[in-house]
Amino acid sequence: MDIAQNFFELFGLDTSFDLDLQLLSERYRELQREHHPDRHAHKGEREQRLAVQATAHLNEAFETLKTPLLRAQYLLKLEGVDTGEENRRQLPGPFLMQQMELRESLVEAASGQDPFEALDKLAVEAKGLEAAEYSQFNAALVAQELDSAEISIRKLQFINKLIREIEAAEDRLDEEY
Amino acid sequence: MALLQIAEPGLSLDPHQRKLAVGIDLGTTNSLVATVRNGVAETLSDSDGVHILPSVVHYSEAKPPLVGQQAAFKANQDPYNTVQSIKRLMGRSASDALQLGEQLPYEFVESGTGMPYLRTAAGDLSPVQISADILKALNARAEQSLGGELEGAVITVPAYFDDAQRQATKDAAQLAGLNVLRLLNEPTAAAVAYGLDQQDKGVVAVYDLGGGTFDISILRLTRGVFEVLATGGDSALGGDDFDHVLANWLMQQGGEHQYDASTTRELLGLARSVKERLTAEEQINLTLPGTGKQLAVTRADFNELVKPLVAKTIRACKRALKDAGVTTEEIQDVVMVGGSTRVPLVQSSVGEFFQRAPHIDIDPDRVVAIGAALQADILAGNKPDSELLLLDVLPLSLGLETMGGLVEKVIHRNTAIPVARAQEFTTYQDGQTAMLVHVLQGERELVDHCRSLARFELRGIPPMAAGAAKIRVTFQVDADGLLNVSAKELSTGIESAVQVKPSYGLSDSEITRMLQESYSNAQDDREARSLREQQVEADRLISALRSAIAEDGSRLLSEQEAKDLLAEIEVLENLTKGESAGAIEAGVEHLAQVSDFFASRRMDSSIQSALQGQSVDYFEKEKG
Repeated sequence: MDIAQNFFELFGLDTSFDLDLQLLSERYRELQREHHPDRHAHKGEREQRLAVQATAHLNEAFETLKTPLLRAQYLLKLEGVDTGEENRRQLPGPFLMQQMELRESLVEAASGQDPFEALDKLAVEAKGLEAAEYSQFNAALVAQELDSAEISIRKLQFINKLIREIEAAEDRLDEEY
Repeated sequence: MALLQIAEPGLSLDPHQRKLAVGIDLGTTNSLVATVRNGVAETLSDSDGVHILPSVVHYSEAKPPLVGQQAAFKANQDPYNTVQSIKRLMGRSASDALQLGEQLPYEFVESGTGMPYLRTAAGDLSPVQISADILKALNARAEQSLGGELEGAVITVPAYFDDAQRQATKDAAQLAGLNVLRLLNEPTAAAVAYGLDQQDKGVVAVYDLGGGTFDISILRLTRGVFEVLATGGDSALGGDDFDHVLANWLMQQGGEHQYDASTTRELLGLARSVKERLTAEEQINLTLPGTGKQLAVTRADFNELVKPLVAKTIRACKRALKDAGVTTEEIQDVVMVGGSTRVPLVQSSVGEFFQRAPHIDIDPDRVVAIGAALQADILAGNKPDSELLLLDVLPLSLGLETMGGLVEKVIHRNTAIPVARAQEFTTYQDGQTAMLVHVLQGERELVDHCRSLARFELRGIPPMAAGAAKIRVTFQVDADGLLNVSAKELSTGIESAVQVKPSYGLSDSEITRMLQESYSNAQDDREARSLREQQVEADRLISALRSAIAEDGSRLLSEQEAKDLLAEIEVLENLTKGESAGAIEAGVEHLAQVSDFFASRRMDSSIQSALQGQSVDYFEKEKG
């Protein structure tokens, strides 16, 4: 395995946000079949160590490409833009207002008349925003508008967190009922 | 004409000769060894034709230890030297062992290593050594019945075993002279025995009711990846409890009668045999020991008695499904493990709950060993074309202690292994030259609630301002779920590594509890986390202010100003001892405000001193 290859090349896929997840899983399985330590369990220590390293790399690559936000960040990183923890891009005011309103609705939903339905509705809305932002990101990336792609990532980090909070609220409701 | 080749005795000429590999189910009550012969996986028996080896070891002064049934016979007459259920102590600390002391009749010895040692006639022995004696017996049985040395073994462990418990199991195998091809999760092994790994995807429930424990595991299978979604159960519920309720009932049927110890034991044995016969028969006629009374026991009677116990296991299944986030409709297969799943009421109740007939074709006592043997055969290289590939996940998250007793997770649970992940950390104080790396496992946010796996120090960091040093800590988890940690200071390349080899571990029920608590205590954790964060923030401000006063106080502050500041610092110090994150936050804000003038004076003074002796020209160049 050539660990200098980028993750897309590793799986023999086009470097693009649009990804055939089915194909990714299949390639992942093929590579695991070749490199997994279990395939080298009866060989020497060196082979086994190399197998562990190769599979760890493979797992990292798979996880990155499988998860949309990680995949988007990785694509931007390949363009030389690191959007890790340090991403402090200013976000447009209207977006932040919208996020605050959504968070308020989350608090209200959990304590309202029909919390399950309210949370459901909110989840649908958040996921809609997420999907729209991903296509924005993709368009910006294709057009090489890296600044705008970076802002999309920052927004997606917000939306992602909101979705996780909605799910956590649903879990808490399930506990109660 | 070709020359005839003559092989040295014992060496084969055939490069394709099968390698001998076994699967071992190292159980709490019983152990088994299995192998694949002529394409069929089967358990191996001793010379008397008995397959099950009780996990019991008896130690005496001069003779080698007795293992199995012979050792079990000694349990009554020589309890201190007859070790049972040693699996419960694997990978656990001396203090854990003391807590279990009430259940276990052994004398524990302080060893200084953190591992509990048991005092026996053959000396003080660790759980690893005792387990190794059981494994040696299985190894000997396998070599005798297969006629050669073993290439290696797959040993099964409960899915929720943490790093310490897995490491202890591997150590025991090494001590027994076994080459461990892989540690395999017990429920995964059971699923493999039924060939469920060949399906494209699905969710599998493994219901394991043994003699003394009950485990439920929910696994997700996605194109060759077996992922443990949730585990649950009851470490003090099993088939033995069925025997007890039936024995009590038999006593009541006998009416007023005083039972001595030996008759009670006889009753218990009778209850067990009645339970076993009722799996095939509807009614058993018997004579009660002691009173000589004639009695008929029907299956309906028995079902009525054990119903509450079975219901308890079903409730645990319900909880596990919820933890896993799946519904009963999503469960495609239910696999039965453990002798007690032969009870018809257990089978029907499980079938009813999951709305599908459970798999019962393979002997539930042997199914785990058989799955392990199938995997061992592949790992030894006997089936190069095999499609089977089991990808495992990390059972519990791994992390590091950060300031304030918080745990920063580096690898989350259910991440596919092997995996390597690096995280960068920095120093907390100016001039800090060493850093303690504390590795933890668990789902909670505070160090005290997680399991400490290892501590090591990275020394020789060059003195720098707080936050300037960059220390990269790398975690590497291999396919067995065992961890290696290394730390490296990036500017100097100074390195330190440790193979995480803790001397003790968590109990099964503790792990179950920790997992459950990680969900139910999420709110508490968030509050605790925010309290700790505020405390860290306060400490940081206090320490910075104190060192600033020590350095520049006499030069930049009047006596009164210095006194006032120190008084304000003390106020905040007292606040940090409290439990209110909000109060500390406000205190930090306040101290920052009242010390602001001092900070500006220091800033001015340092700019002035920085500019002294610099030409304006240089300053401009720097700027522009």
